Amino acid sequence: MTTEFAGNQTVIEIVYLIASILFILSLKWLSAPKTARHGVLAGEIGMVLAIGGTLLHHGIVDYKWIAIALVIGSGIGVPLGLVQMTAVPQRTALSHAFGAFCVTLVGTAEYYLRTPDVPRFMMAVLCMEVILASLTFTGSLMAAGKLQEVLPQRPITYKGQNFVNLSVLAIAVAVAVYLVLNPGAKQLFPVMIVVPLIFGVLMIVPIGGADMPTVISLLNSYAGLSAAAMGFVLNSKLLIIAGALDGSSGFILSVIMSKAMNRSFTNVLFGAFGQVQAAAAAGKEERTVRSATAEEAAGILAAANKVVIVPGYGMAVAQAQHKVRELYDALTKRGVDVRFAIHPVAGRMPGHMNVLLAEADIPYDRLIEMDEINGDFPQTDVALVIGANDVTNPAARTDQSSPIYGMPILDVDKARTVMVIKRSMSPGFAGIDNPLYYMDKTLMLFGDAKSFVSKIVHELSGNTH
Amino acid sequence: MNSGLIDGLFVFMLAGFIGFEVIKRVSPLLHTPLMSLTNALDAIAVVGAIVLVGEHKSQLSFILGVLAVIAATSNVVGGFLITDRMLKMFKSSRPTKP
Repeated sequence: MTTEFAGNQTVIEIVYLIASILFILSLKWLSAPKTARHGVLAGEIGMVLAIGGTLLHHGIVDYKWIAIALVIGSGIGVPLGLVQMTAVPQRTALSHAFGAFCVTLVGTAEYYLRTPDVPRFMMAVLCMEVILASLTFTGSLMAAGKLQEVLPQRPITYKGQNFVNLSVLAIAVAVAVYLVLNPGAKQLFPVMIVVPLIFGVLMIVPIGGADMPTVISLLNSYAGLSAAAMGFVLNSKLLIIAGALDGSSGFILSVIMSKAMNRSFTNVLFGAFGQVQAAAAAGKEERTVRSATAEEAAGILAAANKVVIVPGYGMAVAQAQHKVRELYDALTKRGVDVRFAIHPVAGRMPGHMNVLLAEADIPYDRLIEMDEINGDFPQTDVALVIGANDVTNPAARTDQSSPIYGMPILDVDKARTVMVIKRSMSPGFAGIDNPLYYMDKTLMLFGDAKSFVSKIVHELSGNTH
Repeated sequence: MNSGLIDGLFVFMLAGFIGFEVIKRVSPLLHTPLMSLTNALDAIAVVGAIVLVGEHKSQLSFILGVLAVIAATSNVVGGFLITDRMLKMFKSSRPTKP
């Protein structure tokens, strides 16, 4: 009996080792589009092996419910895997919530199985696991709600908000400290779940749509760290590795996103962007802008050699990516060199624009990162901005009083002609005025992104014969 | 502290470094698929939940375990599915095959 059990355990550990290798390879292969799909396959094989290996675990007596739960989970997972590409940010937030939910439940179950014999260090890790996972759970649900526009997208702030939030977090930490010292205090454990759940909600309340890329990355990181903590509790190296990989991925993305907005983590979490600028934008005198029709825009585009299209969240909202592809095709057919300039925080999550444009069949080698394309704007005949605002605002370079001063932007103002498709002159999400719109070389194309692009395409195709 | 926890810390540290080095190299083009893939991999937490369900040590751990398996499995299935769908869409204008 004991030898059989030991043998089984060795097999399981070896299977977990192979799964860990496959997980690392999976992320390595994801680095380039050519090998990326192998990465998914490696991850899938690793996952199947790990689950299969776990079923060999000697203590498992009840296979029926495992099977039922796996089937129900798959039933929920399939529709979540088939959502529209525009819904990917909220789907991602929702899956962070599910992951954190799982970790919270397992942590809770482990605590009640082991109490009161929980070594202190173990209890500390368990507390960290449960606190991180429960705040990630509600935080991610809130983020998903804001992205799905079930909840208001604008940041909601009030006086003393940071104080309230930090106090709530402090209560959770205090309870955790007490539990580490007295692991048998069962009645306090639920408090350590509920308080971080409340904190998760409060944390996301002051965060607006444009900050979502950073916040989603941060929540991703928390989800990973809580899973790694769970690995410590269960003494599972596989879980520690997967959690560490996910945690570092989320952390790297958060750093990239914060840099792209010239803000620190703390600033994103405690800054509450919208309010200050709304005040700054008020009281500006009316300045003149030049506007143009679709026919004029089509003429200028057709006469250009080099065109750079700058997509933003507005393109996603208007679902204009397929029309943009038609525009790309029409211009490419005329020999115009068309590329896309992608700002790291364009959209609602890291890489959002790339996925939407790839969905519309635009080749990925036409999608150029900010740092690479910025030097090319002076040689660009037309920069066409579709649904992007703050990431093109030259005030970020020049105006020290601007709230976005110092944020790296796409230098569209250096192109020979700038065209901006926009619904109206109302300021963007953050309420910051954009001097780009008042420049002599800027033409405003007023209208819905999708219908305006389609009018331009119509004009272009009409002119071919 | 027992040696298991120390071992765990070593593993965590090394995996963190590997993660850093590997993920740093992921093209910004693929940051969305990166997030959905790491999310699917992270759902490996399902193994802990499976043991809870299978061992059926208490009614509470069993019920929490079932819910946890459901949540994690939906991440596994949904995460891999959508990552693959996204990656399928990324095409080059210079095909490698004629």
